[in-house]
Formats: sequence, C-alpha cells, structure tokens
Amino acid sequence: MLEIKNLHARIENKDILKGVDLRLGAGEVHAIMGPNGSGKSTLSKLLAGHEDYTITEGSVSFLGEDLLELAPELRAAKGIFLGFQYPVEIPGVSNMVFLKAALNAQRKARGEKELDAGDFLAWVKHRVKQMQMNPAMLSRGVNEGFSGGEKKRNEILQMLVLEPKLMVLDETDSGLDIDALKVVADGINLMRSKERSVLLVTHYQRLLDYVKPDFVHVLAGGRIVKSGGPELALELEEKGYGWIQQAA
Amino acid sequence: MSTNQEDIQALVRNRTYSAGFVTDVDSETLPPGLNEDVVRAISARKQEPEWLLEFRLKAYRRWLKMSEPKWAHVHYPPIDYQAVSYYSAPKSMKDAPKSLDEVDPKLLETYKKLGIPLKEQEMLAGVQPQVAVDVVFDSVSVGTTFRKKLAEAGVIFCSISEAVREHPELVRKYLGTVVPFGDNFYAALNSAVFTDGSFVFIPRGVRCPMELSTYFRINERNTGQFERTLIVAEEGSHVSYLEGCTAPQRDENQLHAAVVELVALDDAEIKYSTVQNWYPGDENGVGGIYNFVTKRGDCRGPRSKISWTQVETGSAITWKYPSCILRGDDSVGEFYSVALTHHRQQADTGTKMIHIGKRTKSTIVSKGIAAGHGQQAYRGLVRVLPGAEGARNYTQCDSLLIGDKCGAHTFPYTEIRNPSAILEHEATTSKIGEDQLFYARSRGIAEEDAVSMIVNGFCKDVFKELPMEFAVEAQKLLSVSLEGSVG
Repeated sequence: MLEIKNLHARIENKDILKGVDLRLGAGEVHAIMGPNGSGKSTLSKLLAGHEDYTITEGSVSFLGEDLLELAPELRAAKGIFLGFQYPVEIPGVSNMVFLKAALNAQRKARGEKELDAGDFLAWVKHRVKQMQMNPAMLSRGVNEGFSGGEKKRNEILQMLVLEPKLMVLDETDSGLDIDALKVVADGINLMRSKERSVLLVTHYQRLLDYVKPDFVHVLAGGRIVKSGGPELALELEEKGYGWIQQAA
Repeated sequence: MSTNQEDIQALVRNRTYSAGFVTDVDSETLPPGLNEDVVRAISARKQEPEWLLEFRLKAYRRWLKMSEPKWAHVHYPPIDYQAVSYYSAPKSMKDAPKSLDEVDPKLLETYKKLGIPLKEQEMLAGVQPQVAVDVVFDSVSVGTTFRKKLAEAGVIFCSISEAVREHPELVRKYLGTVVPFGDNFYAALNSAVFTDGSFVFIPRGVRCPMELSTYFRINERNTGQFERTLIVAEEGSHVSYLEGCTAPQRDENQLHAAVVELVALDDAEIKYSTVQNWYPGDENGVGGIYNFVTKRGDCRGPRSKISWTQVETGSAITWKYPSCILRGDDSVGEFYSVALTHHRQQADTGTKMIHIGKRTKSTIVSKGIAAGHGQQAYRGLVRVLPGAEGARNYTQCDSLLIGDKCGAHTFPYTEIRNPSAILEHEATTSKIGEDQLFYARSRGIAEEDAVSMIVNGFCKDVFKELPMEFAVEAQKLLSVSLEGSVG
C-alpha cells in the first residue's frame, strides 16, 4: 500500500529525515515510536502533503502512485488521512459543514456521487454515536473550544466519516484519559480491515494495548533504526530509547 | 453549500420582482457641471414644492464652502465635480449594450457563478431592454399585491419623489432632521442634487407585514448615484428593510454619494440590512465605483432600536459609517459589518454610536477581510454625553488578512463624558492560518474552498443578523469575491 524509500526531508535548512525506508502492506498496522525530535511528526505531516518540508531525496508511493506529486486535498481523496497531534480550530465553521464539505469534495474527486443533506446526516450521526459523542457537537465550530481529549476524539470521528485507506495517526493517544483512550482505540479498530492500513505514531505502549500492531519501528535521528514485532514496544517501554540509539 | 442552501438559493432567485415605483423616463440629461441653475432645474423637473428647492439650495451653498474630507485611509485621484452630470434621465439607451454579447465577459462569468437568471443579468449589466421592464418581470400584478397588503397595514413605501408629491407633510417633517443638509461634504452634495430614493413610513403600532426588499434590484438602476432614503417608524412600529444586491452592479457613474436617514420613535424598531456590491474595478484598480455614503439613524424615542447590518464587498472606494444617535432613554443601537477588499479595493468603514439618553446600549461587531492589495480600515466612534447615565457599549472588531500585500487598520475613538458608562472593546487581527488551510486540505477540501469556508466562519456573527435568504447569498458572494486570493 505504502512504500517509502530512502526519504530525506528538511525544513529551513535543517535535515529532519535522513533516509527513511518503510513498507506498509494492506491490512497492516504499524507503530512508529521514538524519542522527541526524531522526525515522527515530520513524517506524518509529509505523508499528508504539508508544504513546509523540502524533500531532498527519496520517494513515496501510495497504491502504486507517486504520492509526493499530489496536493494535500488529492491525497485525501486517494485515501490518506492524518490524525493531527494538535487539531486546528476553525471558528464559526460547524463540524457538520466541514465534514460534509470534506466528504463530498473527496467523493467528487473520486468521481462518486455526492451525498445529499439527509444521507449525510444519517451517516454522520451513526458515526457520532459510535464515538460516544454528543450530536450537539456537530453544530459547534470545528474544534472550537474543544478540550484536548474532545479534539482527539473528533479526529477519529472525522476518520470514521471519511473512511480512508491509510490512517496516519500522529500521537492521537496523547492527552487522553483512559476512558477516552478506549473510545479512540475502538474507533481505530472499527476501521481495521484487509484493505486498510494504519500508521500509529506514539510515545507510549498503552495505545498498543488496545490497537495491536503487526510491526513496531523505532525512528531516531531521522532514520528507522530498529524494527520488530509488538514485543519491541514492550521492550522500549521497559528500557527506554537509550540502548537503541547507542546501538545505532 | 448544502442542498438546503441551494434550495433556498433557487427560491430566492425565482422570486419575482415588483415594478413598485419605476420613475417616469425623461429623455433629457443636463450637461455636466453644478451650479444653482442645475439645482433649480432638477427641482423644477421633479415639480418640487418651494421648501424642497430651498433645502437643495441651502445645501448647495453650504457645499460650495466645504471641502472633501481627507482623513479617511483611502487614496484616489481628485474628483472633478464639474465633470459630473447631475441629472441624467435613466441611461441614454443608445450607449447601452444591445445584448449580453457586448458586456464584459468577466462580469458575465461572475453572474453565472452567483446563479443569476439571464433576464436579471441583462438588467444588472444595463442592457437595453427589449421589452418593458414590467413585462420582463411580470411584476405589475405582484407589485399591486404587495402595495395592497402594505396599504392595508397603513405602510407607505414609495419613491422619495412620489412621497414629496403624495405625502409632502411627512417628508418635510423628517427630511434632513437626522442628516442635516450641511452635515458633511457628500451629504451636502446629495442634499443639493439627489434625484431619487425610497421613502418608508410605518404608522404607530404597525409591524410591517413583509421585509421591504423585493423592489430594489429593479429600482436601483436609476437612482444609484445620489440616492436619498428616509425611513420613519412611528411609536411601537417595526420594520426590516433590505437594500442592495449580491450581483455586481455596473454603473456609468463612478461617483456615488447616498444619504440614508432613519427615525425611530418611542418603542419603534428599524432593522436596515445592506449588501453592497457595486463594481469594484479590475485587478489593477481600473474603474470601480467611489461610494461615499452617509447613513444615520436617530433613536428619537425611549426604548427604540436601530440595527444596521452591512456586507460590503463592492466599490473601489468605500467611505461609510452607518451610525446611531441614541437620544431616547433605554434606546439601542447596533452595527454589524462585514467588509471585504480584494485586488486594489479600499474601504474605510465603521460606525458612530452617540449615547445621549440614559441606559442607552450599543453593540458594534465589525469583520474586515483584506486580500490581494486590498486596504481595510475600521473607524468607529463611541461618544457618551454627560446625561447618558449607565450607557453601555460593546465593540468587537476583527480583521483577517489573506496574503501579505494587503492591510488592515483599526481606528477606534471613544469620548466618555459620563463616569457611569461601561465600554468593552475587543480587537483582533489575524492572518488566515496556514495551519487551518492545511487542516482543511488534508481532509480533501481544495484550497480556495477552504479559504472561503474559513472566511465565512469568521463572518458568522454578522451573517446571522441578516435575513436568511440574504445570509445565504452573502456567503456565496464572499466566496466569489475571494476567488484568486490564494495560490
């Protein structure tokens, strides 16, 4: 599904990614862990098409297509979703309007029929219920005045509504209490299927207790320095990152 | 846009227009230039009573001694007032485009985006009508129905010329009592040479049975330049009045100087909404209307209320400060404004709230959006006089910048002469956030759509004050006006 080869990226003359290689097959869940400043968020944003980064070397292909050529909105239409570490507020634009515009823009780009107001409402309400959210939030501004936890939950709601193929979740677990973490994890699990892949960027093991990864990678100093199965995450939880960085 | 909104849009578009009061066509046009003879000629042509001629002449003589205000944050070449023709009968038809084929294709494209029907496009673009206006709009019957309904309620709604003929005592009692003939340079000019406009009178205790809006698209074609509007709401009455049009209107007259006067007696309420979309000029600032407007409401009676809502997206220059004189105790003044300047447009707009009565309250919400090389200034005055015990004001003015070549400026003035007054002021200036744009785009929303979505969100507090069908049009209008502002 996703193939990243020797990816180098920089921002304001600072090299952040220094040769990342990563392959995600359809249906797989990968976790990326690593110390602060190792390039995890950069990698996430870059996949979604953030324009602040310059790619100096390497390639990214998604479903056989050169991803780096595409504008962010086209990547979304192709099926890439980024769950933001810090979801943005858009005052005065209701969640409902925002989500409907997003879903229909994607459908239009894919040549599918746009949903009318009634069908959309039924669909979004179904998802709101699954996320155990108050439907009243739909008429509030996008993330406007939401708590940290509400914002993260809203990210997963958007994901459920948009039904992407590749879900890149950048520290979606941070700032969540244990109940919210379970709801978020349930939301992610609901989306798991043979056709969909997940890239979880996280600091902690605890999300991985609920969303079982197939592979765990450690990103340090702009490169993937170690890969393994779920047991690697447990090891990291116990020993920290120091031993890997030394070994690398 | 949701389907609901599209439905409403269609409804709005399909409503029929009323001829209401199309003024008699007089083929004569006075030669350019302004002197006492011109003022007399205008008055004579309109067969006005002596007192109105006197009003015009006094205004003209005062105007001669005045000079153009220079304090506004706008720049334009000097206007030659002697080069303007002050009485042109409705457009000389030989100069009008014969069909839409002769109209600027860019303008047509905009009409198309706004979903304006062909017939209406022709009217807005000033195309020589093939058939009489009232036939095109099938409006005689509609107009009659409306007029009957209004007449039953005792509401007078007609052109100011007609009012001068039919209700001279009312016009004489109120004209110039809110905006005196020598109020400012443009108001004096208007008082001397105004050719038409509207008159509304709502008698005591009457709630006007409809929004007074339907007439305007048609009427404005002849009265845009020096329009004069007077609205009087007697004790306990209520009226909501809408002027303007979301479609960009062409006008051969570059200079516009309108005057609007509102009078609200005890417990009366006037809601005045404007969507102003005169031709803004092209990307390089060529052409475009200079719009110098004096709008003022007088809350003359206790517990009266005047509310201004404006969406200003057109004109090359906008100079406009709809104001409230809060004379009656417990009277309320409101000003809600969205002003957008794109390309080379310049707007200096805001309000004045003059607190005279006790416990008077005012609210100001101003949203300025600048894109391209647009320049945007909010200029507002809150004045609390010594007798205005317990006066309150809340002001919020926010500016949104799109790109790095535009500008936003805020000039808030306060003059407080009563220590019991409470004033709150909030102001923000923000650039449209890269992070907001990226967020929306990462969800599949194209950049231009994201911009218009964010801008519409920014303006929500004002749009919710507009009558619903206007709010929908205004949103669409902002999107169209912002095209090409990013990327």
